[in-house]
Amino acid sequence: MNKAVSRREFLKTSGGVALFIGVSGLLPQMIACKNNKEVQKLLKTHQLTAWVKLAEDGQITIYNPAAEMGQGSMTSLPAIFAEEMDADWSKISVEFSPQESEIYGSDKWNPNLKVMLSAGSRVTYGYYSIMRQAGAQARYILMQSAAEHWKVPIEELSTANGEVINNGNSKRISYGELVPYLVMPDNLPEFSESQFKDPKNYRFIGIDQPRVDIPDKVMGTTRFAIDIQLPEMLYGVLERGKIHGARPTLNNESEILALEGVQKLVSFDYAIGVIAETIEQALAAKKLLNITWSGAPASGFNSQECYSKYEEIASDKSAGKVITDEGDINSAIKSAVKTFSLDFKNDYVYHAQMEPLNAVVQVGTDGNSAEVWVGSQQGFDSKLGVPKYLEIPAENVKINLQYLGGGFGRRSMTDFVLEGTGLAREVAPRPVKLIWTREDDVSYGAYRPLTLQRLKATTDAHGKITSFSHCVVGDGGNLVASGIRIDYYDIPNKYAEWREVSEGIRLKHWRSVGHAPNKFAIECMIDEIASYFKKDPADFRRILLAKSPRALVTLDKAISMSDWYSSINDNRSKGIAFLERSGTLSTGVCEISVDKTTGKINVHRFWSASDAGIVIQPDNVKAQMEGGILMGIGSVLKEQLTVVNGQVQQSNFNDYEILRMADIPDSVETAIIESREQPRGVGESGTPLVACAIANAFLKLTGKRLRHLPFTPERVLDALNT
Amino acid sequence: MAGYSLNINSKTYNVDIKEETTLLWVLREHLGLTGTKYGCGIAICGSCTVHVDGKPMRSCALPLSGLNKNQKITTIEGLSEYGDHPVQQAWVEAQAPQCGYCQSGQIMQAVALLAENPNPTREEIKAYMNGNLCRCGTYLRIVKAIEIAAEKTSVNT
Repeated sequence: MNKAVSRREFLKTSGGVALFIGVSGLLPQMIACKNNKEVQKLLKTHQLTAWVKLAEDGQITIYNPAAEMGQGSMTSLPAIFAEEMDADWSKISVEFSPQESEIYGSDKWNPNLKVMLSAGSRVTYGYYSIMRQAGAQARYILMQSAAEHWKVPIEELSTANGEVINNGNSKRISYGELVPYLVMPDNLPEFSESQFKDPKNYRFIGIDQPRVDIPDKVMGTTRFAIDIQLPEMLYGVLERGKIHGARPTLNNESEILALEGVQKLVSFDYAIGVIAETIEQALAAKKLLNITWSGAPASGFNSQECYSKYEEIASDKSAGKVITDEGDINSAIKSAVKTFSLDFKNDYVYHAQMEPLNAVVQVGTDGNSAEVWVGSQQGFDSKLGVPKYLEIPAENVKINLQYLGGGFGRRSMTDFVLEGTGLAREVAPRPVKLIWTREDDVSYGAYRPLTLQRLKATTDAHGKITSFSHCVVGDGGNLVASGIRIDYYDIPNKYAEWREVSEGIRLKHWRSVGHAPNKFAIECMIDEIASYFKKDPADFRRILLAKSPRALVTLDKAISMSDWYSSINDNRSKGIAFLERSGTLSTGVCEISVDKTTGKINVHRFWSASDAGIVIQPDNVKAQMEGGILMGIGSVLKEQLTVVNGQVQQSNFNDYEILRMADIPDSVETAIIESREQPRGVGESGTPLVACAIANAFLKLTGKRLRHLPFTPERVLDALNT
Repeated sequence: MAGYSLNINSKTYNVDIKEETTLLWVLREHLGLTGTKYGCGIAICGSCTVHVDGKPMRSCALPLSGLNKNQKITTIEGLSEYGDHPVQQAWVEAQAPQCGYCQSGQIMQAVALLAENPNPTREEIKAYMNGNLCRCGTYLRIVKAIEIAAEKTSVNT
């Protein structure tokens, strides 16, 4: 039974349709989505939301509410919409929607709030129902309009590939030809699951379409925020402290202001900003700034020497924040036959997205409005903090979302947006392009936290795990706690807690957040126990996953793909890991060899099998797993950000090395398990599989243990020599 | 400031910019040719790769003073008018790019590789492309794209 949605309630439901007509004859008030103020005004009177713009020539523009950072939403969300709309894909183009969360937000982050946020691998999950509903409603409007135009009941009509068909006389009319006859029905039905398209008739969902953003990306015509050119645009750069949060005193203001092209100097709490006519003038001035810096919380901090302090914290009797407490841990420990106690460590890592942070901001002459061009992962505030910063109404701020040259969690922070705003305010109404140099990006980054993990597991005499305790010591709350839960493992007594430290180093979500360090610890502990009891690690996990049938399917698939039980030769070994991230279940297997003179680990092959629910674009899922695994390999073997006396030691890609072409595995094979569950994301499922898979392969090959990320050649040699 | 004459994508540009300014900033911020990207500024990431007389060069390390109007500079914009250079087509076939930021540099490097070595082995591809970073980890698809382009070009010659 349909629940008819009145036009009044339209806006409040998470889905709605408006057809913005190319030639307005019928609905003269309808205008382009791009005119934000007009759209807002319209919405109050016409209860429309715009997901699609339909022109008389049949061209369809679908609006994508998510960011595009290479994870494919620009194609997969429109594919869902087009499927239910029954559109002709060849006529579709995609644009970013306005950044208006009331209209384009998803309620999947918080049932009481509509949010536009591209993070947590939750975009497809957040918008799947919305896009289906909106697409079906668009189709309904087209069919209803055709029914009235042909004066036949809507029940006698059907659609196929962008045309409405009169089943009675086989007459057809294309969606474009219908534009002059479009009518907005008084009530728009809300479609239920059984009324959506039968999956057996799918043309887009589950069937690869060439990604819509790729043609521009191979021509160099994709516009990232750093590429924006505006009339009268100025350039801005900041000189930030060598220690995070240090406060500046500028000693040579007049000298800098006298430099050619320099327009203004702007003070921030933690930086001095320079605005100049050209980028080269701004960068030259930045080099000449003479600044005295205050101390900061991170003064004196040494990242390579803090682990002993963390070990003490882990040993302390008082608990931290308890995350899991199931069963009776203490009783299990008392009655344990065998106890395993292991510590794991991971250093900071940096996002290293290829497009350095930047934003283009223009503040109005009266300071009461602003326009921003930025590659952002969005956030709970769709206006990225700009209205509050300028103390102006939110509706006076327009955010123009651009393609992101990499996000990985860094671009959901708004620091670079507010810096650009602070600069632009001083030279209003001229726009300012703020660019972070790569050195700025590395040293004033916001990193994945450094942590110590203390794990304790108990077993009976036969290797059945009777309890599993996990304590993570680190800064950042959920940044270090994500991935600590192991609900899928059949272990009766589980305990997990987080013990807080504060070092004054800037921190952020880094692809898979706490999952990579936490799964490293958990999966290595599993193999430690399996190894002790002389059980095959894959077979050992099969028992642990006995109550998780979907997990078992991924395990068996990965075992089969990788030919798990055989080894190519004595110099290579395989390691396995299982995890859940953002609702997706994945098993990964890697094959490595080790150069025992240099300490270099070579990853030869990697396999993964994932159950991600319904998959919209299979090849894109594979690309995300491949990319995530490669990023994982680099972060596990090469990437290390260190702090000495509060100062980040690395400055560019010469001393913060990410994976290069020379070090890629020979193959990465990814399998997708068929599923009819709600779609989940895989963007962050590959990366956390890597550390544990490699360490487990290393244990198998050498009998030695790797416990500290990254597995630098020095640490590998140390482990081999124990 | 002296005037400089540059031949970029078969067009002459006359610029009045300080001689120590790098070609990268001239292209991007003065001439609006933003396909060439800023990634590191110290010539180790490859995002800024252009061709100078067909050879791949890192434009972030090329000051104007070192260039003259007789040198043919090619940027990603100059490879083709409609994105139909065989390497670009191979890139689309392989669905190689993710975020896409490094891809102009990757493609320019790949075009130079195939001009020099039309039938590279996998190891030769990896060695030649090693200077171009990709954080999204598209390297495997880049190799595949180059192999596709090499095969298509050899079939047509």
